[in-house]
Amino acid sequence: MKPTRLIGVALRSILKNKMRTLLTMLGVVIGVGAVIVMVAIGEGAQSKIRAQIDNLGTNMIVVTPGSSSQGGVSQGAGSLNRLTVEDAEALKSESFLLSAVSPSIVAPTQVVGGQGNWRSAIFGVATDYQLIRDWPVSSGRLFDESEVRSMRKVAVIGTTVAEALFPGEDPVGQQIRLRNVPFEVIGLLTEKGQTAEGSDQDDVVLAPYTTVKNRLSGRSFIAQILASTATPDDVAAAQEEISSILRERHGLADWEADDFTVRNQTDLAATAEETTEVMTLLLAAIASISLLVGGIGIMNIMLVSVSERTREIGLRLALGARSSDVLRQFLVESTVLSVLGGLIGVGLGVAGATILGRLTGWATLISLQTVLVSLGFAASVGIFFGFWPSRRAAALDPIEALRYE
Amino acid sequence: MSEPSHDRRHHDDTPVILATGLERVFEIGQNQVRALRGVDLKIRRGEMVAIMGTSGSGKSTLMNILGCLDPPTSGTYRLDGVRVDELNKDELADVRNQKLGFVFQKFNLLARTSALENVELPLLYDRSGRQMEPRQLATAALERVGLGDRLDHQPNELSGGEQQRVAIARALVTEPSLLLADEPTGNLDSRTTLEVCTLLQELNELGLTIVLVTHEPEVAQYAERIVELRDGQILRDQPVGDRRSAASDLKQLRSKDEGRAA
Repeated sequence: MKPTRLIGVALRSILKNKMRTLLTMLGVVIGVGAVIVMVAIGEGAQSKIRAQIDNLGTNMIVVTPGSSSQGGVSQGAGSLNRLTVEDAEALKSESFLLSAVSPSIVAPTQVVGGQGNWRSAIFGVATDYQLIRDWPVSSGRLFDESEVRSMRKVAVIGTTVAEALFPGEDPVGQQIRLRNVPFEVIGLLTEKGQTAEGSDQDDVVLAPYTTVKNRLSGRSFIAQILASTATPDDVAAAQEEISSILRERHGLADWEADDFTVRNQTDLAATAEETTEVMTLLLAAIASISLLVGGIGIMNIMLVSVSERTREIGLRLALGARSSDVLRQFLVESTVLSVLGGLIGVGLGVAGATILGRLTGWATLISLQTVLVSLGFAASVGIFFGFWPSRRAAALDPIEALRYE
Repeated sequence: MSEPSHDRRHHDDTPVILATGLERVFEIGQNQVRALRGVDLKIRRGEMVAIMGTSGSGKSTLMNILGCLDPPTSGTYRLDGVRVDELNKDELADVRNQKLGFVFQKFNLLARTSALENVELPLLYDRSGRQMEPRQLATAALERVGLGDRLDHQPNELSGGEQQRVAIARALVTEPSLLLADEPTGNLDSRTTLEVCTLLQELNELGLTIVLVTHEPEVAQYAERIVELRDGQILRDQPVGDRRSAASDLKQLRSKDEGRAA
């Protein structure tokens, strides 16, 4: 029989019993729908994280103190914290590939000013910081090179801090006090939102690193050095360059491990994505179980259908159908059943994911790949669970089948 | 039937059925049941033969072997000049499709399926590529049995006699060498029985070879030859002395009914 004919015959016999067909497909409908919704949530989270990592700034490289986590035994980060402001300055002057370098000195402290008190993180950075993080101001300006050199007490604040201290006011030109040192607010950063981990990026105060180092914290070690290259292609080479410059400055012998870690955004993204990928996989696995259960439902009904239609099978055999024709007919029937259920499931899943996204504000993402894979999975469930009933149908003896009551 | 098969009746002397020494032994647990014990049967083209016998006489077994549904344990069977006792399952399926037409006691029509699609069914399994226009052939077969106005009716919208005529159309659509009818009137009242017998006789007149299994002696009288089985052997094989015409019996019945009504 021609394939189109086979499918036609299958569709006709499926449509003869609409209610049962619907109930049989329900398992697959729910299974495929669940897979689509779950994967949509997982992939949505993944793409959100990716977008946020891009949001950190383009071509960014982060140098942190401490040994590399990939190699050897990790020593306590503090014991090895030998990154200095001078390292950052050296990178800036010696590197060929880096277009921007900024140290980042962190000093958690109480911010006093305007309406009151706010505990926030003060970051001592260079002017390049804005370039690296790709983070412009929405009003005012960032401090310039001369202000950094002269250790001016100026600050640029994030929107969260601005709202806490100066609600409804323009903070530019206002005074704030950090550890009793008065600073002038000269700029307000644009809003960045939360990081993938959920910390508020806008809860921040930026000041010249020279000022923070000498007038606030007094620490000579810094939390990290941020850098960026002109193009993404240079990132890998720039990481090597940073390594060799810092190793030389720290006087490390060849056999000694790095006392710092150089990471780029891809590494950061990979870590974050790995987490969400595991989550997506887990959700998909749970959802596929319901698809499997749906398959068992199909097998159940196909077995019932084979014994109900024993006489029909006998008749077909008597009229010249070969066993292989009967096998194929029932296999196509169960496959059509599951694919039909799959299609409905895709429809419901897409609708469900969209509605869920609207209601909860979660990012959901449905890729064509997800749809095709879950449809393919549904089809193979139909073939797999339809095989045994079909075999039973094909093995029937025409004489006994015709006599069956 | 169409003209070509009518011609065959006169020019082709190969018997449709030539069976010698047919035996069939069933193994049931430890026991052996010999359902057929050496049956020789020859049926010429264009004959209409009734096979009779009580239950357990082996007539169903013989029917199944003649219908290529069951192979004999020993003996040879030539259908239309071709040895079929040695064919495998798939080859037998093809023989059934191309050379045989079946009519059953219980009609065996597909429910919720139009008459036309029921008649098309055997053409779906035709591998020889002879049948190019299933729809037209099925329509012609239904017209032949007088159901040209019922093409789209489903079995539950048809009377018993009409359902059996659809089944006969289904058996005719492949232009078989042999029509095998297994108790075709077993589920029908006497009047419908006559209608179906009239149709079978008409088809036989046009050259179709018919083998009919029945336990009703009145029905067997419409055949030209009766083969009676007992205990797996042929007890009697003789021509019908005064073959009755189902058409005239039907006419008689109708006038009687009208007389009673008036």
